[in-house]
Amino acid sequence: MKISVFWIGVAVALVVALLTPHVVTNEFYLRTAYTVLQFVVLATAWNILGGYGGYVNFGSAGFFAIGAYSAVFIYKLFPLFQVPDYMIFVMLPLGGVVAAVIGLGTGYLTLRLRGVYFSIATLALAVVLQTLVTNWHFVGGARGASILPPQTVPIFSTWGEFLFVLMAILAIASLAVARYIERSWIGRGLAAIRDNEEAAECMGVPTLKLKLIGCTVSGFLFGVAGAPLPYYVNYIEPVSAFNLVYAVNALAMPMIGGATTWIGPLLGAVVLGTAQEVARVTISSEMNLLIVGVLLVFFVIAAPDGFVGLARKYLGNRKSR
Amino acid sequence: MANKLVIEGVDAGYGAVSVLHNVSVTVEPGETVALLGTNGNGKSTLIKAVMGLVRPSKGAIWIEVDGQCTDLIGKTTEEIVNLGIAMVPEGRRLFPKLTVEENLFLGAFRPAARAALASNIEMAYTAFPRLKERRSQLAGSMSGGEQQMLAIARALMSAPRILLVDEPSVGLAPILVSRVIQQIKELKAQNNLTVLMAEQNFNQAIKIADRGYIIVHGEIVFEGKSAAALRENDMVKTYYLGG
Repeated sequence: MKISVFWIGVAVALVVALLTPHVVTNEFYLRTAYTVLQFVVLATAWNILGGYGGYVNFGSAGFFAIGAYSAVFIYKLFPLFQVPDYMIFVMLPLGGVVAAVIGLGTGYLTLRLRGVYFSIATLALAVVLQTLVTNWHFVGGARGASILPPQTVPIFSTWGEFLFVLMAILAIASLAVARYIERSWIGRGLAAIRDNEEAAECMGVPTLKLKLIGCTVSGFLFGVAGAPLPYYVNYIEPVSAFNLVYAVNALAMPMIGGATTWIGPLLGAVVLGTAQEVARVTISSEMNLLIVGVLLVFFVIAAPDGFVGLARKYLGNRKSR
Repeated sequence: MANKLVIEGVDAGYGAVSVLHNVSVTVEPGETVALLGTNGNGKSTLIKAVMGLVRPSKGAIWIEVDGQCTDLIGKTTEEIVNLGIAMVPEGRRLFPKLTVEENLFLGAFRPAARAALASNIEMAYTAFPRLKERRSQLAGSMSGGEQQMLAIARALMSAPRILLVDEPSVGLAPILVSRVIQQIKELKAQNNLTVLMAEQNFNQAIKIADRGYIIVHGEIVFEGKSAAALRENDMVKTYYLGG
């Protein structure tokens, strides 16, 4: 029964996403929604390793930016103004695959590290990647790259509409992937690793393999989330692409939503993402991280299991599966 | 249905510290063999060596399951579990923040056991009705005795042929110790298991063991061909039974 409810939800969400550009004519709202949906993907990607497996990744921004710079790389392969519009469909998987490969490599290099040491290593990885990109002139280097989206848009009439629908589909797909993992043996194994890695090993749970799967899937999702970024921002440079905002949000959103289920990152991203966007236009664009920080501190103290934990506590259903 | 475990001349340790010296232990099909010794003599290390959690530097470990002999040296724990060996770790090592049922699911991680998940979980609940009552409770919130039941039930979820039990008596009240030991005996009979049990509680272990080995400072110092032989041994009298 529950399966059908989820898939009905997916179908409804897809229809809504496709219809929204026809109803909402002010592109500002589509662009705002894009940002929130992008955070849904980032939070979900982080949660696969951090929430399910308990391996806290501080390098999310690195994976995300690598996805974005993979797209820039393809863009730069073409002469100015001559990038075919359908190239976005190449940029997307390439961004995902490159980030997935880096994820897998990170896994091999760091997953013998546990706890806080793993986190430090991922933080270092993001710095290394940023340094590499800053010194890679082909994609703009430290000066950055101006990206003009092609004049024609696939399927839709503007890039704003297209990117919104694209990110909505990515968000829905990543939630479906996360939910699948959560309910599969991969998710069970990751939960075992989170709870007691040594015991998991004793039970014959293939801990290393599962962590590598987690790193790779997580990296892939970060990468595809980053790939449309150049077309969205039109100008990209390393400091903003590798910005701490992405890493902090990717971590804070699942924590605030509830890190052990797919629904937690969705709730966290929607609430926090919307709050930040509202603050950006009403108070100041510098308020974002402050809001995240305050909420994170509040939740860690008052509701360590996030919205999902609160819901379970008050609905009396501690484990809804 | 022969499920046999043979350990031959194994040396093992942790880095520079060698713990086991030329240890040979055989568990014949259908036997319950006790590995007796006080703390720090290498019982757990031997069990870990069988499970591939500690790599022996010398010697051989092999099993025979359904007429098929397999060398365990160099295999990963995952592969060893897949061959039909399960372990009840010392100190239980549950997943404290997962529910009882999720703990049981994790015992059945090996592909062969996943297929029989539903029937195995029913068997576990029949053997331990208490676990059924507490199926959606967090494992870490149960009493010590219940946790030990869960650790045993979890190991059986992989439908093993050979069961390694490491110190089932640790941290339990005396009355629970004998209950747990009896349960191991019953489950062994029901599931046609071959059992190697490391234990320092000599009197309890000997109740269900067919034979036993005494391990001191990483060496097998005595092999008792029967429970009686163990009880009569001078060394046992000195070390365990107070003269």
